Amino acid sequence: MNTQDTRRPAGKKLSLKEKYALMTRGLGWDTSYEPMDKAFDQLGLEGIKIHDWDKWEDPFRLTMDAYWKYQAEKERKLYAVLDAFQQNNGHLNISDARYVNTLKLFFTGITPAEYNAHRLFAMLGRQFPGPGAAIACQMQAVDELRHVQTQIHSISQYNKYFNGLHDHTVMNDRLWYLSVPKSFFEDAISSGPFEQIIAISFALEYLLTNLVFMPFMSGAAYNGDMATVTFGFSSQSDEARHMTLGLECIKFVLEQDPGNAAIIQRYLDKWFWRGYKVLGLVSMMLDYMLPKKVMSWKEAWEIYFVQNGGSLFNDLSRYGLRMPKYWEQSVAEAEHLSHQTWNAFYNFSGAAAFHVWLPSDEDMAWLAEKYPNTFDQHYRPRIEHYRKLQAEGKRYYNPSLPMLCQTCQTPLIFTEMDDPTRTSHRQLEHDGDTYHFCSDGCRDIFAGQPDKYVSAWLPAHQILQGNCVEPGAEAAGDPGADALRYFHVVAGQDNLDYEGSPDEANWLRWKGLDKTPPAAAA
Amino acid sequence: MSSIQSTVFMALQTNDDTRPIIEALQRDNPDAVVHRLPAMVKIDAPRRLVLRRSTVEEILGTDWDLQSINLNLISLSGNVDESEDEMILHWNR
Repeated sequence: MNTQDTRRPAGKKLSLKEKYALMTRGLGWDTSYEPMDKAFDQLGLEGIKIHDWDKWEDPFRLTMDAYWKYQAEKERKLYAVLDAFQQNNGHLNISDARYVNTLKLFFTGITPAEYNAHRLFAMLGRQFPGPGAAIACQMQAVDELRHVQTQIHSISQYNKYFNGLHDHTVMNDRLWYLSVPKSFFEDAISSGPFEQIIAISFALEYLLTNLVFMPFMSGAAYNGDMATVTFGFSSQSDEARHMTLGLECIKFVLEQDPGNAAIIQRYLDKWFWRGYKVLGLVSMMLDYMLPKKVMSWKEAWEIYFVQNGGSLFNDLSRYGLRMPKYWEQSVAEAEHLSHQTWNAFYNFSGAAAFHVWLPSDEDMAWLAEKYPNTFDQHYRPRIEHYRKLQAEGKRYYNPSLPMLCQTCQTPLIFTEMDDPTRTSHRQLEHDGDTYHFCSDGCRDIFAGQPDKYVSAWLPAHQILQGNCVEPGAEAAGDPGADALRYFHVVAGQDNLDYEGSPDEANWLRWKGLDKTPPAAAA
Repeated sequence: MSSIQSTVFMALQTNDDTRPIIEALQRDNPDAVVHRLPAMVKIDAPRRLVLRRSTVEEILGTDWDLQSINLNLISLSGNVDESEDEMILHWNR
């Protein structure tokens, strides 16, 4: 077989642009047994018009051969670090065992989302007839699978020593607060192909993932977690490419047809708000759960959303796009988000697969400094009240099940921004039923596609209807105990306060900090 | 349009591979601001940031493949334009 390119002198290397053209567009072909619009039958459903797929170009001009080369090198680096981490008992070098609770949330909430992203991109690659787009989706599908695998490997060392990490897939399917990220991905994956790519590549990856991977992973490093920072940055190095795909995709679609802008703006408004609601969990990781703190949620939101998103929308304004609806509200809420989210988990810690605690005096001084407008005024008094109750042996738990938002599935735990004493609650009638929402943004999303959201699987409703009982197990009759078993949360081990938990007892023992005298021999 | 001054950024892992890259960015982009955070370095610049292969090679004293930036890149913002010789991040307005 002659593989020599006859148009150039022998031995001269292809330029990056030439190589990219040959190995993407050069590999494309049109169907002949079936018409193209039948082979790619989802493309016309959303009203987006594409006239010329060849205009799609990956700005990194990454071809499959280079992709495998760099991904292999990333893996070698990562696994060398993981070996060192395991061999040197790296889990003992973290700042404090409380830190591991951020990993529990990450592993049960985000790792399964990476798997859903893998499925989504594998399907998307099949839906786009342009080879540039199809190859970018294919690479991303492989990337996301790599993220799942490396996260499972990295966190397996922690699973040997800490509770709550034993069953992330079942927990993701069943645990009430994890229905927030789970429903986000299921909403995306059941959308049309263009909505999917705007939802994940643009709204989630470009606008929002920096919030997860940059301050949180930097925080992991600061807290001595060598394994997590390494898989985090290894994942995020793929993410830089995914974000570029998101931006490229949006520009491509907008340049293809002037009619596309209105549809894209609608998708952006929806998916910005959907993604933002998932990030409430990240806000409390930064402000309450990292023992050594790097950056507040409010600072991170300012840098990565306001500044970065503002620059982006300045650029996109030439296509007639504007900042997503309700973005100003997200900025106002940055003053409250983490405090209200952590408070909810403190109240419902009996039904969570990680531990909670009250902030120390030092933590509260940091929170007051970072939130001068809200912390001392609204949140310190509540924490001090909880402390007093705890000291009296009357630790407060919320005995009810919370009302959930029909769209984002977050409990109604947030307040009106102009009145932090009033719960934010919106309602809408549809087909004779009343539906409840956490915000105007979520109510608008429901109103746009009510038939999709009426079928939402809302954990609180399902528990009350008796549907959350471990298959094959006999119902205990106590919906709370049944639900815990159904979640695969081991009561008294995985849930409740850090103080008094087996995790704490082990940590103190390993670190030589256990001052309680050994139990007398029987 | 928002009133925000458009900024591009590149975030890199803190390691020996990225030291010459950061130095090259500083040399070729006098307006760039370097933020050093735990495990990561974030380089901000108003509107435009350019990374030149030739500058990195001059600092390193050896050949350097610009695509290898993929190994240590954590995140970026801006429109990307990459060739063998340079990678440019920019906002058009």
